[in-house]
Amino acid sequence: MIKELLLIFIGAMLVNNFVLSRFLGICPFLGVSKKVDVALGMGMATTFVMTISAIASWAIQFYILEPFGLSRFLQYVSFVLVIASLVQMIEMFIKKTSPNLHKSLGIFLPLITTNCAILGLALLAVNKGYNMIQSAVFGLGAGLGFTLAIVIMAGIREELEIADIPQGLRGAGITLLTAGILSIAFLGFSGLISM
Amino acid sequence: MKAWKEFIKGIWDENPVFRMLMGMCPTLAVTNAAINGLAMGLATAFVLFCANIIVAMVKRFIPNEVRIPSYIIIIATFVTIADLFLAAYFPEIHKVLGLFIPLIVVNCLILGRAEGFASKNNVAYSALDALGMGIGFTFALTLLGIVREFMGMGSIFNVSVAGQNFTEWVIFVLPPGAFLTLGIMLWIINSFSKKKMEESHCH
Repeated sequence: MIKELLLIFIGAMLVNNFVLSRFLGICPFLGVSKKVDVALGMGMATTFVMTISAIASWAIQFYILEPFGLSRFLQYVSFVLVIASLVQMIEMFIKKTSPNLHKSLGIFLPLITTNCAILGLALLAVNKGYNMIQSAVFGLGAGLGFTLAIVIMAGIREELEIADIPQGLRGAGITLLTAGILSIAFLGFSGLISM
Repeated sequence: MKAWKEFIKGIWDENPVFRMLMGMCPTLAVTNAAINGLAMGLATAFVLFCANIIVAMVKRFIPNEVRIPSYIIIIATFVTIADLFLAAYFPEIHKVLGLFIPLIVVNCLILGRAEGFASKNNVAYSALDALGMGIGFTFALTLLGIVREFMGMGSIFNVSVAGQNFTEWVIFVLPPGAFLTLGIMLWIINSFSKKKMEESHCH
């Protein structure tokens, strides 16, 4: 049981890293990775929403969609709606209970709704037939993997600010090449576990 | 001539992938072969076209506060149609594209056009805008797919074109190859064009 959960966790975080080998959440990865502290905030907010939305979408799938035979037609619509309203609710909850946390995570929460990593995670967890605990661990691992990737990227980009980069390569070009090299590094994890 | 301008801008001047950096996830994920890039581009173009028309039609009836969720529901409906269509008629392609068909829902290109163009313009212009953007997106994905498939497997659209002595660079069909190929392409395009690239405005 524990071993299985650990495998899901490591698998989601390192072996099949959401950003660098599954290509989910590329937009924030390229857009919000200029400063390490901002990237860390974005990563934390995403991890939080991922874990909760994995549990919520599991509940929707097994208590509503499947018993009524709706999952073929309404799965995408309902998951997107659930995630969007969940993000809204989390934002209101944090604002009320912990203004400090809201200050650091607040600006990222609206952006997370259209982050494809969240919807991708919900659909992947359902496709793999995970139960509630497995879904939560999967979401946590994926979120931490996302945080790891975006923080490493931000660290490199802070150094790149002072590097002498050819004119045409500045901006998106060098960011993508850096991501490519990072992705090669993460390929090294592929032998870690055999799924 | 405004109509022609709305159509043509998406193909190069405001190309969603090469100039605006929108819809990066499917761009990088499914372009390991030319046919996959083409299929993904066409599916996205279909959803974009239908969603833009519907949004332009119903925009007067949607209250401003709930417009984004409403657009998302319109988009998700067409994505479900595209998904079921592909599953029924092109099961192999549906299997390869897999998770990235449902993820068209959150492709910021589509929501960006609905919010930025269709909600401000009439149906005809929105349709032309979507058509141009869709062709531009399909063109970019197919080009990326052709380059990666040629470098990685020595073939284009599953037809072997490289000679016997060609050594495949397998890295190009693996995940890192996507980042490297697009990075180098943007480098080349930026070096030859005068206009500065716009940073994408949705994350």
